[in-house]
Amino acid sequence: MSEAKLSTVALQVGWNRLISVVEEQAQALVRTAFSTSVREAGDLSAGVYDPEARMLAQAVTGTPGHVNAMAEAVAHFVTDIGPENIFEGDIYITNDPWKGTGHLHDITVVTPSFRAGRLVGFFACTAHVTDIGGRGFTADANSVYEEGLFIPIMKFAERGEIDRAFVHLLRANVREPDQLVGDVHALATCNDIGHRRLMDMMDEFGMDGLGQLSDFILGNSRRATLARIAELPKGSAEGAMRLDGYDHPIDLKVRLTVGEEDVLCDFAGTSGLDSHGINVPLIYTKAYACYAIKCAIAPDIPNNAASLAPFRIAAEENSIVHALHPAPVAMRHIVGHTIPDTVYDALEKLLPGRLPAPGSGALCNFQLSLRPASEAARRDGARRAEVLCFNSGGSGARPGLDGMNTTAFPSGVMTMPVEASEQAGPVIIWRKEFRPDSGGPGCQRGGLGQHMTVGARDGHVYDMSVMLDRIDHPAPGRAGGGDGAPTQIGLEDGGTLRGKGRQPIPEGVRVVMAFAGGAGHGAAAERDPAAVRRDLALGYISAEAARDVYGLDEAEIGRVLALAAAGDLPGS
Amino acid sequence: MTTATLSADIGGTFTDVVLETADGLVSTKVLTTYDAPERAILAGMATVCARAGVTPEQIGRVIHGTTLATNALIERRGARTALITTEGFRDVIEMRTESRFEQYDLNLVLPEPLLPRNRRYVLRERIDATGQVRIAPSAEEIAAVVAQIRAGGYESVAVGFLHSYVNPAHEQAMRDALLAELPGLVVSLSCEVSPQMREYERFNTTIANAYVKPMMKGYLANLQRRLAEAGCAAPVYLMHSGGGIISLEGAAEFPVRLVESGPAGGAIFAAHVAAAHGAEKVLSFDMGGTTAKICLIKGQTPKTARVFEVARTYRFKKGSGMPISIPVIDMVEIGAGGGSLAHVDSMNQIRVGPESAGSEPGPACYGRGGTRPAVTDADLMLGRLDAGNFAGGAFALDPSASAAALDGVVGGALGLDTAGAAFGISEVVDENMANAARVHAVENGEDLSGYTMIAFGGAAPLHAGRLCEKLGIGTLLVPPGAGVGSAIGFLRAPFSFEATRTVPLRLSEFDPPAVRGLLAALRAEATGFVEDCAPGLAVEAGYRAYLRYVGQGWEIPVELPLALAEAPDADGFRALFEAEYERLFSRRVEGLDIEVTVWAVNATTPKPRPDPVAAPAAADGWSPGATRTVFDPALERMVEAAVARREELIPGRRIDGPAVIWEDETTIIVPSSRSATCRADGCIELTLKAEA
Repeated sequence: MSEAKLSTVALQVGWNRLISVVEEQAQALVRTAFSTSVREAGDLSAGVYDPEARMLAQAVTGTPGHVNAMAEAVAHFVTDIGPENIFEGDIYITNDPWKGTGHLHDITVVTPSFRAGRLVGFFACTAHVTDIGGRGFTADANSVYEEGLFIPIMKFAERGEIDRAFVHLLRANVREPDQLVGDVHALATCNDIGHRRLMDMMDEFGMDGLGQLSDFILGNSRRATLARIAELPKGSAEGAMRLDGYDHPIDLKVRLTVGEEDVLCDFAGTSGLDSHGINVPLIYTKAYACYAIKCAIAPDIPNNAASLAPFRIAAEENSIVHALHPAPVAMRHIVGHTIPDTVYDALEKLLPGRLPAPGSGALCNFQLSLRPASEAARRDGARRAEVLCFNSGGSGARPGLDGMNTTAFPSGVMTMPVEASEQAGPVIIWRKEFRPDSGGPGCQRGGLGQHMTVGARDGHVYDMSVMLDRIDHPAPGRAGGGDGAPTQIGLEDGGTLRGKGRQPIPEGVRVVMAFAGGAGHGAAAERDPAAVRRDLALGYISAEAARDVYGLDEAEIGRVLALAAAGDLPGS
Repeated sequence: MTTATLSADIGGTFTDVVLETADGLVSTKVLTTYDAPERAILAGMATVCARAGVTPEQIGRVIHGTTLATNALIERRGARTALITTEGFRDVIEMRTESRFEQYDLNLVLPEPLLPRNRRYVLRERIDATGQVRIAPSAEEIAAVVAQIRAGGYESVAVGFLHSYVNPAHEQAMRDALLAELPGLVVSLSCEVSPQMREYERFNTTIANAYVKPMMKGYLANLQRRLAEAGCAAPVYLMHSGGGIISLEGAAEFPVRLVESGPAGGAIFAAHVAAAHGAEKVLSFDMGGTTAKICLIKGQTPKTARVFEVARTYRFKKGSGMPISIPVIDMVEIGAGGGSLAHVDSMNQIRVGPESAGSEPGPACYGRGGTRPAVTDADLMLGRLDAGNFAGGAFALDPSASAAALDGVVGGALGLDTAGAAFGISEVVDENMANAARVHAVENGEDLSGYTMIAFGGAAPLHAGRLCEKLGIGTLLVPPGAGVGSAIGFLRAPFSFEATRTVPLRLSEFDPPAVRGLLAALRAEATGFVEDCAPGLAVEAGYRAYLRYVGQGWEIPVELPLALAEAPDADGFRALFEAEYERLFSRRVEGLDIEVTVWAVNATTPKPRPDPVAAPAAADGWSPGATRTVFDPALERMVEAAVARREELIPGRRIDGPAVIWEDETTIIVPSSRSATCRADGCIELTLKAEA
């Protein structure tokens, strides 16, 4: 059957519509998922594909970590399921870190879309689930086998029949079976919504296939991306970044090469595997490297098979950015979130003065596992609870703009309201506010990190799984700017804690943390004095920093502080 | 002898004034007078009174809605305001959600908080999630904070402490101390302005209230005085964002509730038209110069929400404004209007809006120097507007300027002729609006195919027909007076007030007496406001709870029948929630506990019931004389359309599409697929043509 030819305007509208379809697909997931990271942090994605498994549109969600993973996922499914085994009413599933999105906690569901008995495309979506068994959401494992249940690419449903044996097995292996099965159904429903909307659209436009629209989308995307690459100076540059790691420091190295029609990021020279779960499958490395380059040169071009293709990523096998099975990978985001700053360290040399300085990098997450302190406390109502908190340090200063205070980059997650966390479990957050002087000094100042103090309600004790980096290796300043302040963590009573791993906290003791600031850009001496005075008045910097780092004299400091105390700002 | 009601809607550009008497409606538009907004109302009142032949003394009631509070928030022209908050949480309103609302912009600028950091003070105090006091504030520390407020010379103070929605004692103690020392101070407590969980939204809402309160108090008192001086001593009521009216005193106490009053009036206007036509499910569509607003109305009641965003700083993007958690009519607003500008992006895609040509320079066809094509330019080139007869002939449009802009910016880039470029722009903007409507419907578990669209606002009737085609909507109503729809809506609004509170409760731990007590308390609070305004009128209470499965982050609203509100039981709540969940997401989740988070009671006087509109009378054999060429997007070609003036289309007369029905304020485009009939109330109704 030949396809009716669509007009230029119909193609324009069709592309818009496909993007709306996947956004709607993603919204449905946000509203039904149980996982905190999906609903609060937008840790999910959704996409639509043509029958050749090429991604045509992807929802813009809170995580860039799924960018390429989604683009490549459906091809893996088609290969593993086999084209001859794809039937109407099928639903496929996996959490394979190497074919999905980098760790077992992300479940990807793919649904083939049939029209009049003919395969016209696929829908896929991914969400971070609350629990997948194993050790839980922590970096402590030494292999992926310890990290939970591994679901190879398989059929969750065939011709409309759900595989009950699979569901049975799934339920027996996780801590919150009702929630997990609820989430899998939510993923399937979300693909259904996409399918229904696609059918409506094909009815309206009189389409019987996606071929012409697919060529239009991919052709225009490729052309636009290549045009951006053509504007770049050709050449090659190196970048590096050092992180704390789990038990030894990690060096990320990249050589970035701009060619005629592609950009290559080669991570050769990067540290080898870590013994704990902070290793990164290549698919996740690709996602963050591509995301970084897209932000820098083609932020307006939507993600699809063609707009991502010119960005090529290479790394040595079993380096920390190309971990092979069975390396532990649960916390791959700790290293993965630092990849954009590493790429910018190189790209800066080709495009000076256009890129942000490094920021706090990975999200400042921790999870409290609370339980009754005693049998008596349990009888008094103390209970078990898991409370996961996402928080952000400061982002790096931009040429011309200060870094953003307590705002994540590259992740796009949202924090949880303190009141909501305290309703979710018996925790008390005693402090959550800006950390003055934590932004790296500079002509443009780095974004501020934050202070955070947490404890349990009476009658509870807890373990804390910590996922913090940049304790020993703060965000390095750029172009003469200063480093951001390093991360700090410890007990209120002076005891120490490590930045990663699950650790028991003595009863009645609070954990005191200070999250990292972003790095500064340019020399502090060149900062506009009006901006320094304003920072001082707002308490973003202390009087000492104003004097010692920015060279404000004592009289001026006194005048600014007096104004601020009266509720006014200098120059206002 | 007091027969007339005056309504006034102060908008960004115009102040609309409508007078309703036994003889009908008289309306006028006056330019908004920013220095003294009441002046435009007085001028409008004089005009409509003269035209209706009544004196201001004969006005029995004044109903008012205004964007003044909104503008003060957007332009940061509020009072000198401070926040007092819990120690350790000084930066809640500036840390926001700690996320970026635009993923791919490296040079993102976050919006400035309403109060800078040095106007945010802290008190050592703490209440936990169960309402238990962890740290009681000491008298000395309270006194120290009062001294800081005094030293700062603040006019208005917001007090927001953690978990005050569970236990307001510390906020109340802070207020008592402030007022004892500083009797003239204006104080807003978060436990009263917005007693809901989530500190960022609650604090921000309370600060917004404090920020506009002195100004709104002063303005409202002024307005009442000036009206009285002009002879109108009638009580003044205010339209609030939830779609009802409250007393002037209530509005002065909680001015943040006035923020979306204009658009709310539009939704009430549409709901009233829906009631007259017996339309149960309605999509209201309001399209002006800069934005389009879409609202779902079921059972003649607009859908409401608990939180919305004002002052978006980044292309109307979600997250780029400030959240306000108050009862509000739930509307989707997108940057699509007659002035929205089009361009071609790097993917050769036509993009329309949110950037708008405004009124200066305006669309290219205004001939005031605009060189970029706007939606109005496309409409002109597609034959939808008459160049020589725009806005009642106020000024001539210049088609050659439109053509040049379309060719230069869109046609050249895409190899399209002028009509093709215009078609592209029109189709893209219609698709943007249709997508917004579809997403909004799906989020609410609604299928638009059984809906009726009600269109108003200057640009809506030009695009509504095509939108109905895209959305599969069969019936479209274009009411008369659509240019002053919000002000007419004010006249149709009931007295109402919604009280809400966050009190988390799991159904497994359900406590019927406590729930009954809570609902009774909320009912008393809400009805108190309404009875103050409308003594003697019957007050109805509507009960609602927001529920979710334990572990989810998104609640769904469930209306509680009166019997369940008066005799609450867990099974009744569970059954309602599961039915609603299944309707929205086509499945339920077995084995999980369910929790209620927010409780709401809306007290309202009965809505005015309009007379049903009679069935269309028989046609009288009239047919329109003139025709002109108009582009039909569904057919993708020019068609010869009948042209009629709206006055010619008296009740009962019908005109088959393609057709153009024009009036001074706007033009209704009837696509080839539809017929238009004038109903007895003057509404033009577009329906699908009977199958030939």
